[in-house]
Amino acid sequence: MPEIFTKTMARNIYLGGSVFFVLAFLALTFDTTARLPERDNRENITEQVALGKQVWEENNCIGCHTLYGEGAYFAPELGNVYQRFGNSKEALKGFIKSRPVDGIPGRRSMPQFNLSEEELEAIAEFLKWSSEVNTENWPPNING
Amino acid sequence: MSTAQLQYQSQSVAKPYFIAAIGLFVGQVLFGLIMGLQYVWGDFLFPEIPFNVARMVHTNLLIVWLLFGFMGAAYYLVPEEAERELHSPKLALALFWIFLTAGVLTIIGYLAVPYATLAKITGNDILPTMGREFLEQPTITKIGIVIVALGFLYNIGLTVLSGRKTVINVVLLTGLVGLAVMFLFSFYNPENLVLDKYFWWWVVHLWVEGVWELILGAILAFVLIKTTGVDREVIDKWLYVIIAAALITGIIGTGHHYYWIGTPSYWQWLGGIFSALEPIPFFMMTIFAFNMVFKRRKQHPNKATVLWAMGTGVMAFLGAGVWGFMHTLAPVNYYTHGTQITAAHGHMAFYGAYAMIVLTIISYAMPKLRGIGTAMNDRAQIVEMWSFWLMTVAMVFITLFLTAAGVLQVWLQRYQPNPMPFMAAQDQVAIFYWFRELSGVVFTLGLLLYILSFFIKGKQPAAQPTAA
Ligand code: HEM
Ligand code: HEM
Ligand SMILES: [Fe+2]
Repeated sequence: MPEIFTKTMARNIYLGGSVFFVLAFLALTFDTTARLPERDNRENITEQVALGKQVWEENNCIGCHTLYGEGAYFAPELGNVYQRFGNSKEALKGFIKSRPVDGIPGRRSMPQFNLSEEELEAIAEFLKWSSEVNTENWPPNING
Repeated sequence: MSTAQLQYQSQSVAKPYFIAAIGLFVGQVLFGLIMGLQYVWGDFLFPEIPFNVARMVHTNLLIVWLLFGFMGAAYYLVPEEAERELHSPKLALALFWIFLTAGVLTIIGYLAVPYATLAKITGNDILPTMGREFLEQPTITKIGIVIVALGFLYNIGLTVLSGRKTVINVVLLTGLVGLAVMFLFSFYNPENLVLDKYFWWWVVHLWVEGVWELILGAILAFVLIKTTGVDREVIDKWLYVIIAAALITGIIGTGHHYYWIGTPSYWQWLGGIFSALEPIPFFMMTIFAFNMVFKRRKQHPNKATVLWAMGTGVMAFLGAGVWGFMHTLAPVNYYTHGTQITAAHGHMAFYGAYAMIVLTIISYAMPKLRGIGTAMNDRAQIVEMWSFWLMTVAMVFITLFLTAAGVLQVWLQRYQPNPMPFMAAQDQVAIFYWFRELSGVVFTLGLLLYILSFFIKGKQPAAQPTAA
């Protein structure tokens, strides 16, 4: 690098640049969190939905599936699974409940989690709620 | 342990950290192979090791071995840069055993009991933090990580601040503090999934495309100074410019994860523009490494280290820069989001940037830590360089096969007029998963050869008068 560009100048760009962009990012975060209520369907986060999120986490569903495209790529997207299952919580619960303990021979298999009726209802509510967040029309189609 | 080769006796605490890193790396790759097989042989090891369990082990071991590598790197290079002994080698050793025990217990927990049981017995409902990608560790493990990080930063921080404050040391310390601070967001897990995801990226993105780049840059700069003898002033200037570019682009670049998670649509262009510039710092690292090696003032006897350093420059740029850019603009990401293209990028970027920089510093430091000399004997170096090529080429192929699978997946499942269901599309691309698994086997052989290279005896290269 040419000599007119000194180490001090480089350091100042680093310090000034990072402080500026940290502050800009904080401002954007502030703006985003202020706008979220119109988008994130929070009025429908019931106790059941909250319990559903906990069931989701404590069974590590994200270890195989994606939700809003984030997670693992081994099993289908679940951000719109409620619609894929015909807007039916019963269909969702039935699917989760009926996974064979020893899997499906030769196929990718979902574990049997032995969820209680309350937990099943909660996870279905959670997936329904998450399908109603404004995700800018993602996923592109019903197959996720 | 003979440490005649070390400038400071206390640098020797780096050795167990490096050994643990390599050991955990082997574990990581074995679980990668298990998953790779499960991709095509769905019920392999089911229900004993379901895919999600193997995945946690794979990704968590990756993060933990990289952390061991970063800590080892710090213990090794900070005393030399600060020109003083480490504040407390005893604390460093104690923290090593605490971290290793916590890590091993957590992995055993993943494998021994169902995840829901692990959540229950570790009291996840008191402070729920589990069950989110990469942050699957029980809350008590997370607290343990914070305690280890605090002790580590105290030890390293005191050493840096009371010694010669080189740019490398200060940048490294800043990166390490940043790593610890961003990890604190793993304790924030609101009921609102959108908020949860928003701040989850503050750990994941602001690590790999933020503060970790400072650590990467500092270690690379250290190794280049030592192996090329290029003037420190020149190297320092490069380091500043690289990390400036990293933070200027990478912080708002977080927005490339805020396209489809419920956050406002302005992130589509904000995140797009800034993240499209994120390859710049990685490109500069490539130029930096090659430039310094071409300008070198001496021929360092450790040729393997120089190869690793240049390889890091190239592979980090390819994996993070090129494969990152490929899917970072919102109109592209709309179709590629959460497909095998993401997995392709994740592999080459993590390997090319962070796995390789850890292997670089290990290659440089290990001969000295083992009291062997500035470098291993020629035969050992040749084997090490073979392992470099095997692992690196295998990773290129893993990336290419996953990219092919991903492009087809996008076409079949998301783009063509009659989109296929997920599992139907997976069946169509299975051949590429077989090829990926095969490349994974080659990668594993490369890793085993790498370990073998530590045990190969031979005539030591003649000591070079200028060698640092
Ligand atoms: C034997 C070689 C390997 C194989 C067969 C393998 C296989 C896999 C598989 C199947 C996944 C899960 C993908 C999914 O969610 O569906 C995965 C995830 C991952 N692996 Fe590997 N892996 C290997 C080596 C590595 C190496 C060497 C690294 C890094 C140094 C690495 C880093 C990762 C990361 C970061 C993820 C998460 C990716 C994401 O979330 O997009 N893997 N691996
Ligand atoms: C060494 C640096 C980097 C590492 C280790 C890395 C690693 C990763 C990993 C593991 C993921 C998957 C996260 C998940 O599981 O959801 C990811 C996603 C992503 N990365 Fe990187 N990355 C790096 C740099 C970059 C850069 C420089 C860019 C842009 C130029 C980029 C663009 C992206 C994008 C757009 C995604 C989201 C993919 C999706 O929509 O599914 N990355 N990265
Ligand atoms: Fe990112």
